[in-house]
This record gives sequence, C-alpha cells and structure tokens, in this order.
Amino acid sequence: MPAPLLKIEDLHVEFKVYEGVLRVLNGVQLIVNPGERVGLVGEAGCGKTTTMKCILQILPSPPSRTTEGRIFFNERDIRQMKAHEIQDVRGKGISMIFQDPTAALNPVFSIGDQLTTVIRCNSRTTLSKKGIHQRAITALREVQLPDPNRIFDGYPIQLSGGMRQRVCIAMALATEPELLIADEPTTSLDVTIQDQILRLLNELVDEHGTSVIFITHSLGVVREMADRVYVMYAGCIVEGAEKSELFSDPLHPYTRGLMSAVPKLTGGGIAEGIPGRIPDYLDPPSGCRFHPRCPYATEECKAERPELTRIRGSHEVACFAVERGEINAQ
Amino acid sequence: MPNEILNVVALQKFFFTTQGTVRAVDRVSFSITENETLGLVGESGSGKSTVAYTVVGIYAPTDGKIYFRGEDRSQPVAKRPKSLKRAIQIVFQDPGTSLNPRRTIKQILELPLKVHHLTAGDRKLEVANLLRRVELPADYMYKSPHMLGGGERQMVAIARALATEPKLIILDEPTSALDVSIQAKIINMLIKFQEEMNLSYLFITHDLSLMRNVATRVAIMYLGKICEVAYTAEFFRNPLHPYTKMLLSSIPVVLEEEEELKPTKVISKGEIPSPVNVPPGCSFHTRCPVRKEICMQADPEMVEASEGHFVRCHLVSGQEAVASS
Amino acid sequence: MPRLDNSIFKRRLEALRKGWYKFSKNPVSVVGLFFVLAVSFLAAFAPYIAPYPSHAGRFVNFAEASQPPSLRHICGTDVFGRDVLSRTFFGFRYSLMMGIVVLALVVPVGVILGLIAGYYRGTWIDTVIMRITDVFLAVPPLILALAVCSVLTPSVFHAMMAVSLMWWPWYTRLVYGLASSLRNEFFVQAAEVTGASKPHILFREILPNCVSSIFTKMSLDMGWVILIGSSLSFVGLGAQPPTPDLGTMVADGAKYLPDQWWIAIFPALAIMITVLGFNLLGDGFRDLFALEEI
Repeated sequence: MPAPLLKIEDLHVEFKVYEGVLRVLNGVQLIVNPGERVGLVGEAGCGKTTTMKCILQILPSPPSRTTEGRIFFNERDIRQMKAHEIQDVRGKGISMIFQDPTAALNPVFSIGDQLTTVIRCNSRTTLSKKGIHQRAITALREVQLPDPNRIFDGYPIQLSGGMRQRVCIAMALATEPELLIADEPTTSLDVTIQDQILRLLNELVDEHGTSVIFITHSLGVVREMADRVYVMYAGCIVEGAEKSELFSDPLHPYTRGLMSAVPKLTGGGIAEGIPGRIPDYLDPPSGCRFHPRCPYATEECKAERPELTRIRGSHEVACFAVERGEINAQ
Repeated sequence: MPNEILNVVALQKFFFTTQGTVRAVDRVSFSITENETLGLVGESGSGKSTVAYTVVGIYAPTDGKIYFRGEDRSQPVAKRPKSLKRAIQIVFQDPGTSLNPRRTIKQILELPLKVHHLTAGDRKLEVANLLRRVELPADYMYKSPHMLGGGERQMVAIARALATEPKLIILDEPTSALDVSIQAKIINMLIKFQEEMNLSYLFITHDLSLMRNVATRVAIMYLGKICEVAYTAEFFRNPLHPYTKMLLSSIPVVLEEEEELKPTKVISKGEIPSPVNVPPGCSFHTRCPVRKEICMQADPEMVEASEGHFVRCHLVSGQEAVASS
Repeated sequence: MPRLDNSIFKRRLEALRKGWYKFSKNPVSVVGLFFVLAVSFLAAFAPYIAPYPSHAGRFVNFAEASQPPSLRHICGTDVFGRDVLSRTFFGFRYSLMMGIVVLALVVPVGVILGLIAGYYRGTWIDTVIMRITDVFLAVPPLILALAVCSVLTPSVFHAMMAVSLMWWPWYTRLVYGLASSLRNEFFVQAAEVTGASKPHILFREILPNCVSSIFTKMSLDMGWVILIGSSLSFVGLGAQPPTPDLGTMVADGAKYLPDQWWIAIFPALAIMITVLGFNLLGDGFRDLFALEEI
C-alpha cells in the first residue's frame, strides 16, 4: 500500500467571535490515497469548507485558530511548513475549484490572461511565451469548450455559468496538480449542465491520474463522482466507506437520516429525516456531537466522543451504537 | 369536476431590453384545481419564475389571461383588490432576501395581519400562534432574520404566507437553498398545511425528484414554453418529451432502484439558449438527440398523448402531422 | 406572555453591548467618538468650563494683549487680550450648531425625495426629481454660499441657508441609488404582494436598510459643513465679530502669523479635531450597522 497523498489527523479549528469561541472542527481525520476520488459530504455549516481551507492554509487568522492536528501532504506536515513551501503546495501540489465560477474569475481580465498567469506562475517546466499560450489553448480544448481560441480572448461575462466552471476546471488542471479540491463545483448549475460537468471532471481526472476531494452537500452527486465517501457532521467525520458500501449499507444514524431525507425518484413521500437542528458551535454537545438528535443515544454517547473505527473492509464509523452492535449491517 | 382555482391562458411575458426582446414566457397555459400541487419544473432561464411573478402580479402580463376562481385577474398587483392579495401568496426562493434584515420577526409577521385587519385580539398572541404553526418557539418574534438559520427563515416566510389564510400559494424554489434534512421538514410541513387549509400550490422548482414526492401534476418548461404536462405517476412512468428524458437521466440519485427508473441514458449536451434568440421551430432542437428536419422549421403543437398527458413534440404528434399534410 | 415582556430591557442591553463590541473593534472609530464627545461636551458646558467666559463677547483688555501660552492663558491671548482657549470652547458651539442645523434641514428633504425617486425609478416622478437634483448638484455649495452671503447681509443664518440649499441633493442621490436597488429585493415584493401601503414600503421596508449609509454620510458631512462654515467665516461672510467662531478666529489670527502663532493655530487645531472626529466616527457607524450572519 503506497503512502497516502493527504492525511489529516485529529484536526481542531476554532473561530473567535463576539459571543465566544466557535469550536468548528472537532478532530477531523481523513485520508486521500494517490489517484483516489474522495467525496466529502455534509450539510451546510458542518465544516467541509473549513477543512479544505485549513489544508490550503487560507483560513483568515484571526478569527480562526488551528488548535490541534496534523495535515500531511506527501508525508510532510503542512502546518510545519514555511510560507514559501506552503505557496509551492498551493501552486503545484493542490488546486481548487470553487462553488461559484463567477466569483472565482476576475471580470476585468480576459480568460486567456487569467489562464496564462496561472500556468506561468506555477509551471514546473520553463515554457516560452508561445508554449504557455499553446498550453492554455490545450487546457481549454480539454474541457471541451467550443472554439478555444475565441474563448481565450473572451471575458468571463461572455460565458454561461457552465462554461465558466469549465474554464475554472481548465485553470485548476493546467498546473498538473497531484490533488484537486472541488468545493461544490456544480451546486450553482442546472441539472443537465451538472451532469455534463461531472462527466467531464471524471474523464479529466482519469486521464491525468489526479486525486480528488469532492466536497458536496448532495449524496446523489457524490455517488456519481467519488470512489470513497466521508460523511461529515458538526465538525467530525462520522462515517467513511467505499461508495457502493456506503450507499447500500449506511451505518451511522446521521448518514441513515440523511439518506432517508433525500427525495427519491421512486416516490413514496419524504421521510422526516433527522429531528432537531445542527448544534451551536459556541456550546457544542458533549461526547458525540450527534447525540441530541440520535435515537440510539445513551449516557456513553453524552460522555465520550466516539473514535472513527473500522467496522469491516474500508468501512469506518464513529458511533458507539454501531460498536455495541445495536445498528447492524444489512 | 374539481374546483378550478387558477387558470392561466396563453400567458405571455416579454421584457424589452437593449439587446432585444426577452421572450421569458411565451403562450403558457395551465390550470390548478383546489388542493392540487402543480410542479412547474425547468432550468434557470426557462421562465418558470417569471410565470410565478406574473401570476402573483409582480409583473403585468404582456398578453394572455390569468383567471382566479373564474374571474379575470390579469392585472398587476397595484391594481388588484385587497381580497385577491389575501388569497394569493408567495414564498420566495432565498429566505435570506425575502425577509427584511432590519425588521424583527414580529414586525414581519404582523404586516399581513395589519393590512388585512385579521387580528381580533392580541396581535402578539396571533404572531406567536403563527410561529407555533411552523414549529418555531414564540420568543423568535424578537429576533432578526439574520439571527436565524436558513431553514428557520424559510419557515417564517411560510408563516407570513399563511397569515392571510390564502387559497393559492406560489412556492418559488422554497427549499433549493436548504439542506435535505431541512427540506424534508419544510416539505412535510407544506403538505400538512395543504391538507389542513385546503390549499393549492404552484410549486416552482428545478428538482424533479422532489416533484415525484410532492406534486399532483408536473409541467416541464423550456425557453418560456411548457413542453410536457402529466399526472405525476404517469409522468415518471412514461416521459415522452426528449427534454424530459434528458432532465431525468441527468439527475444524480442515491439508490439502485432509482437508477433503473431513469430513461436509458440520454446524454445531456449543450446549454439552454438565451431567451433573446429563441431558436426557430421547436426551441429544443439545438440540444435534441432525436431531432428531425421538421423540428427546425415548425413549432410543434401541444397534443394529448394519453388522458391528461400533454406533450409538445413532433415525434409524438408526428403521425398526425404527417397525415394532415 | 409576561415572561417575554420582562426580557425586553435585557435584550436592549445585550443589543447595546453587542453594538459597542462591533463599534469598538476598530480603535480608530473609538478615537473619533472620543473627539466628538469631547467637543460636544466642551461646547455644551462652555460657560462653566471656559476659564474666562466673558472673553467670548465684547471684551477688551489691552494690558494682556497678544500674550503667548502661559499657565494663566494656556493657549495665549489675542490682540484684544481675550483668552484664546475660552473663545475656542465657545467657537465649538457655533461650529456644531452650523453642522446640526444644516443636516437637520437637509437630511429629511434629501432622504424623502431620494426614497420616492428610487421607488418610482423609470417613471416621470424619478425623472423630475433627479433632474432637479442634478441642477442643484452642478452648483458648488461654497461658491453659492459666498454669493448668497455677499448679496444678503453676511450672517451665520444666511450661511446655513445657503449651504442647506446646495446640500440636500447629495442625500437624494445616495438614497436614490439604495432605494432603486432595494425596491427589487424580495422582501419589498413580499410586502407589495401582501398589499402593504406605499408609506409602509418606503419608510418601514426600504428606509431602515438605508440608515447605515445615511448615518455614515451624515457623520462625514458634519465635518464638511463645519469646514464650509469656517471657510465662510474666514473670508468674513459668516459669523461676524465679536462672535467667537473658529473660522473667524483663524482668519483674524492669520494676520499675526508667524510671530503670534497661537492666535490662529489653536482654533485651527480645534476645527481639525472636530472634523477629524466626525470623519472617524463615520467608519464606526458603518461597522455598527453591519449585519453578520450566523
């Protein structure tokens, strides 16, 4: 087994606000192996984006503070790196695609300007001016944009949302990163365009052999995109498994609730899902942060935080009820 | 014959801009009966929200008629009688912008009560009552919208719509900005209110999976026109329009059973054209995988493929079209 | 619900505390607030604080004329032997009064016209109001004030009228821009669909969302108006001697620069501190009114 490309251990992040301290991340741990597509799924405010920003060390500080944890990228702890080394990781090691392609592109520069800047700043090989231009056109062609030469000279405003996201993907992959972080890249797009973008991303990632962390709130989207899926709740990873395993046999009560709340094409109404609301990070519940909403909660769950434990194969769950055998695999 | 609440006939709404005429809604007809939910589904730019805003009177229609309980109500909101404003309410997509950030929940919920003189006793009690109906604690009335979560804000917006005891509520993507667990809660709440108050819903959304579970009938809109309408079960069992098939096959699903329900993969291609330059003929022909010569020339007519199942496609109406020409 | 009523006071207190937290996050606004409060305090209690209150009026004592700063006269005395510090304290009164009166006249007019024009954007109402506004905006306020005061008798009152006449369009402009975009917000649409009246929509839905910008602008304008008032006095078209106006004092003292520097420099510093205080306070207002999401 090769060493993991990215390994996060016990990550804790806090934010200081007027009311006190928001304890947002509470011991996040996850692994991305080389060439693997990992999905990170969770509802708004569960800390998905905070985790990713922490990997890239782009969380504003203050108000944020990383109190504990290690983030290994290629077996080196990003938190111990010097500023220029982190810059290298951001430029060459890890690329990011954001939710809103309109905000990610600067409206006053042409697509070509922005794309060539990315290539020039990050290129591992020293390319000539013409070489950079060639590379940019290739990148645009790769993301199946019609007439790349015209797009190269165009401005973001002339493109539709789907095309802008294609440009963002081209920019992210132009530097041949080892890891691509895609943060809800299709959330603002229509379903038919989403389908196209997901197919494109899958193809390109296969071609380049890039590892991916795909962040989304949608279980359906993660099923299209990921090999392995982590489910996140209130700053903790609660479950992780191979895709087929997770969808056929979810174990954590939160994952099960989430799954039941998704409207199905098979009809039959929508289950009430999960009672209650996500916790207040100022005063998060003790022990397992899900216990106030969990039907299986016991004293043990209130007192202690369950660790992510391997149940079988790749399937990991952080839940005492599963450990006790109260929730069984089907 | 069920009681018809809303009947929209050949509704047109054009916007005249410097780039040209935006044909946002082009001869759209549909009706909603009492206690029914009509799901109006489409991508952004399809004109579905424009239909909603025209029905509620935010826009005046360019042409066509809107009948509410048999009476012609095609005028904009400023010219509508107060009783009509009471009978038709709307819930907007983004609860962040549909609640005034500078007013308290109490002030927001009081407005419809004040305007329509609906409080007999203590107005504060009435507001607390409204909050209880959407399962929020009474002391939320002293909070500002920005102190609430997205789901809670949407519940306040629903409470505001319910305050006037309307007959028809237009739901403009009420849950698309929310998480699925909150969506589940809100949808079930809406279904409960529909039964309790005998409400009709015009449910605008882009989410077909959601409509499978909520709508009585589903209508698909593309570039300002309706291309398919059917009762929900029939609609998902036997989708006829190629665009419907493309939409259905694009939906990311979570179960194997759902995967089997999707039509054999109609590969999604292209993007919705600008409503300023609507393609001639059938407006979907630029993306249609099965287009014929005729599709580029003539706009198909709406035909009834089976009872209550209307489609606007040459391939469905093809036989008749060939026979008559 | 009596339980809820009892907590109103507590909620207000909490809101105040939170407001102060947001305001004080930026130390510069605290400095601004301090300057403004200090100046207001000195102006309000000038007769009791000033070491020589009688020096504010017609007072002559050539025995102590043009004395440099000393323990007896901290800021020295002017050519008539009047205590500069005392006169500066009284000078704050005129400056602040100028600002307050002008803004009190200008803001309501400007804001209401802006709200109406913005709400009816694209109609003839908008056209009429905004074109009139444009005409007034084309005249520089200081020049018009100069003209008015030189035609009429120069006085503080005429100066204030002239400045007010030219100042309201800025508020119309500001509120027009805000209102015409707020008009399309969903919460305004929702109120309209419900059947709310026009005054309700203008003053309860739209106006509260403009308050932050209006307050910020008012704070900055306080400084500007005081400067203009002082400029008018400086050229002799505002307050007339022996009124202790800061601008007049600078003008009179300027003749004796650089030898008797204290006569002009201390009132000039006073103007600077007042204007600076209001300008810094403006930023604080913006922070104070900012909404944060949870």
